[in-house]
Amino acid sequence: MLRRIFIGVIPAVLLAAAGCAEQSVGGDTASTGQAIAYPTKTVNIMAPAGAGGGWDTTARSLQKALQDANLLNGQSAEVRNVTGAAGTIGLAELVSSHAKNPHQLMVTGLVMVGGVVTNKTPVSLADTTPIATLTAESEVIVVRSDSKYTSLKQLVDDVKANPASVKWGGGSAGGTDQILVGLLAKAAGADAKAVAKQYVAYSGGGETKAGLLSGDVSVAVSGTSEFADLIKAGTVRALAVSSAKAEDGVPSIKESGYDLELMNWRGIVAPPGITDAERAAVIALLDKLHASPAWQQTLKDKKWQDFYKSGDAAKSYFDSESTRIKGVLTEIGLG
Amino acid sequence: MSDLLGGFADVLTVQNLLYAAIGVTIGTLVGVLPGIGPALTIALLLPVALKLDDPTGTLIMFAGIYAGGMYGGSTTSILLNTPGESASVATSIEGYQMALRGRARAALATAAIGSFVAGTLSTILLTFVANPMAKLAVTFRASDYFALSVLAMVAVTALVGSSLIRGLMSLTFGLFLGLIGIDSLTGQARFTFGVPSLLDGVDIVVVIVGLFAIGETLYIASRLRELPSQVAPLSKQGMTRDDWRRSWKPWLRGTALGFPFGALPSGGAELPTFLSYLNEKRLSKRKEEWGKGAIEGVAGPEAANNASFSGVLVPLLTLGIPTSATAAVMLAAFNYFDLSPGPQLFEKSSALVWALIASLFIGNIMLLTLNLPMIRVWVKVLQIPRPVLYSGILVFATLGVYAVSGNIIDVLIAYAIGIIAMFMRHLEFPVAPVILGVILGPMMETQFRRAMLLADNDLSVFVTRPLTLTLLLLAVAAIGLPHLPKLFKRNRLALGEDD
Repeated sequence: MLRRIFIGVIPAVLLAAAGCAEQSVGGDTASTGQAIAYPTKTVNIMAPAGAGGGWDTTARSLQKALQDANLLNGQSAEVRNVTGAAGTIGLAELVSSHAKNPHQLMVTGLVMVGGVVTNKTPVSLADTTPIATLTAESEVIVVRSDSKYTSLKQLVDDVKANPASVKWGGGSAGGTDQILVGLLAKAAGADAKAVAKQYVAYSGGGETKAGLLSGDVSVAVSGTSEFADLIKAGTVRALAVSSAKAEDGVPSIKESGYDLELMNWRGIVAPPGITDAERAAVIALLDKLHASPAWQQTLKDKKWQDFYKSGDAAKSYFDSESTRIKGVLTEIGLG
Repeated sequence: MSDLLGGFADVLTVQNLLYAAIGVTIGTLVGVLPGIGPALTIALLLPVALKLDDPTGTLIMFAGIYAGGMYGGSTTSILLNTPGESASVATSIEGYQMALRGRARAALATAAIGSFVAGTLSTILLTFVANPMAKLAVTFRASDYFALSVLAMVAVTALVGSSLIRGLMSLTFGLFLGLIGIDSLTGQARFTFGVPSLLDGVDIVVVIVGLFAIGETLYIASRLRELPSQVAPLSKQGMTRDDWRRSWKPWLRGTALGFPFGALPSGGAELPTFLSYLNEKRLSKRKEEWGKGAIEGVAGPEAANNASFSGVLVPLLTLGIPTSATAAVMLAAFNYFDLSPGPQLFEKSSALVWALIASLFIGNIMLLTLNLPMIRVWVKVLQIPRPVLYSGILVFATLGVYAVSGNIIDVLIAYAIGIIAMFMRHLEFPVAPVILGVILGPMMETQFRRAMLLADNDLSVFVTRPLTLTLLLLAVAAIGLPHLPKLFKRNRLALGEDD
């Protein structure tokens, strides 16, 4: 008897709860002008790189925060890795196989913008529907602690006088690190192409470290977190960071007198061809995610800089970054 | 020393031992499966590990997976000539020959005990010389790496088999495969024929699975009627007194090669295994047994393979430099737990580091106790009827390749390589040089061009740096010495005889 009552009550409670959820979601989207329920299916987040890397971590953190913050209308989120060629293989798949599907999202970033240029892929970020930028990390320029350079200006002055006198080490050709070197040369009025010729590409932050410590290269460029430990230990000296302001007592490139700011940002795009209402709904979801304590906690745990721009702000940022990166890569002969 | 004892105290809890046991078991299993290596396994387990919220336990488990993968990898190489990863290729050359002659037990035993000896010794080395070793390792410059890869290329001469021309053709095929993809220094695509999936090159796992697992299967299938229905006869005989006598020196020499190579930021586990093979063949007094199952050819490379793992931990822990795919994934795991490997790790999180090192010792003991009794089970694989056994291998090989990237093109490439490998076997081309070409070609090229770029195109960099010059001279000696006796035959000046 008691059991029967329970069986009757549970669906009723569930229905009521579902009704409330429906209502609250309706209320939120109403403010943006279009009321559409989203998501109505499992949200697929593509990480266009292998497991364990930056994009993969972003995708998985996003998945977890979306679920923890209960933003998916009871739906779930899944992460899938599509590896290869600076994310451009994932980009091609998003554009060709997932058009008009608002439940397929993809993590993207500055590296993909560079990859599109150097790999000369037929599709670019402009073929996707921009949703938001999420996080960013600055780059750092370091020398060994026994180096004669103590400021960025001394280094750049030498480079301007004789580009061949300084060997740069950093990540893969056409990646964030080489882009920064090219942009710095341009900002300082040096011969960007000659400087880029002195750039030695390593297969990652680890190899770059080894290259700097062995004395193969005199200057290394990498993500700030990559060198944090060696900087703290006093093995290497940071000359400048690429963010707008100084970080941990290291001056920014801008403060050192060169008009340049470069962030290794990561963001989210949707496939092409989704409707305006769907786009608004995805953006609203990301807006809510960004405001959620779950995401703020993720940023803190992962030590990611909050770099949130959504909707049109994200679109214009993607556009301006694409133009700038294409410009510098073409100038140094990689475009 | 008290630090290490503290580490043992931390590890010797029931929970951590359980983690170690899970790790070595999973590791052994994925090592046995072709294609699915420790790197992929750890990457897949990362999200699960995060939920455990126990850094010590997780790292212990991951170290177990890595070491277990090394053990497991030798099993299929020896029994079925299907190494799942590049570091087991050298083991398969003599190991499979031993299995064919009914000596599978002895081969597996020398591999397991050699791995244990090498793992334990190299962990001791890691404990005491990690910091000076790391300092030494980062003094290697691009020109030194180039010279080193030239020296390793000389190892090819030991692998070519009966025909030099065939061996060189195999090597050239490998060099070609290694060239496919984006040129790392200029970002230009080579031999990609407009296929975006080829931009990152052909993954070494795809090449190995194609060459060995798929190639071997197709070869066996094409000769099925001529072969006995079982793979190999099975003798109950384990390692004889003679086997022990012939194995212990290669174990030690393999360890001595593997550990420093692992510690080099661009060293890896493959080079020391091939160099150990070369070295043992040179030193062997029974040269006629080589190619027919010489136990030294299993003992040496297997020890080198395992010793290189502790070596890999040297730059990873002391400088935060990952030198292998698995180490890179482990670095990601460190970051998850907010531990940054580097000069400060030993000071900041020393308890954890010593727990990790202690767990390596325990993992090694566990692996030995797990693997020695398992040999009896593994060799039963050889009694499975060929059609069933090899169709099973084909399924796992295909899965393994697909798991690497989730890309069907990789599966097609693996099968294309497999078909080529089948014909290579029919026409008696050795397949091991292909692997060397794929690994060494890009390394030689990249390091040569880096060295030239850094020296402003001045070739003298290769003779002015003492380390580079020494390595290059060693390479010349390795080629030249065996021929010297012929030149001086009349004088009976047998220079190459004793070494």
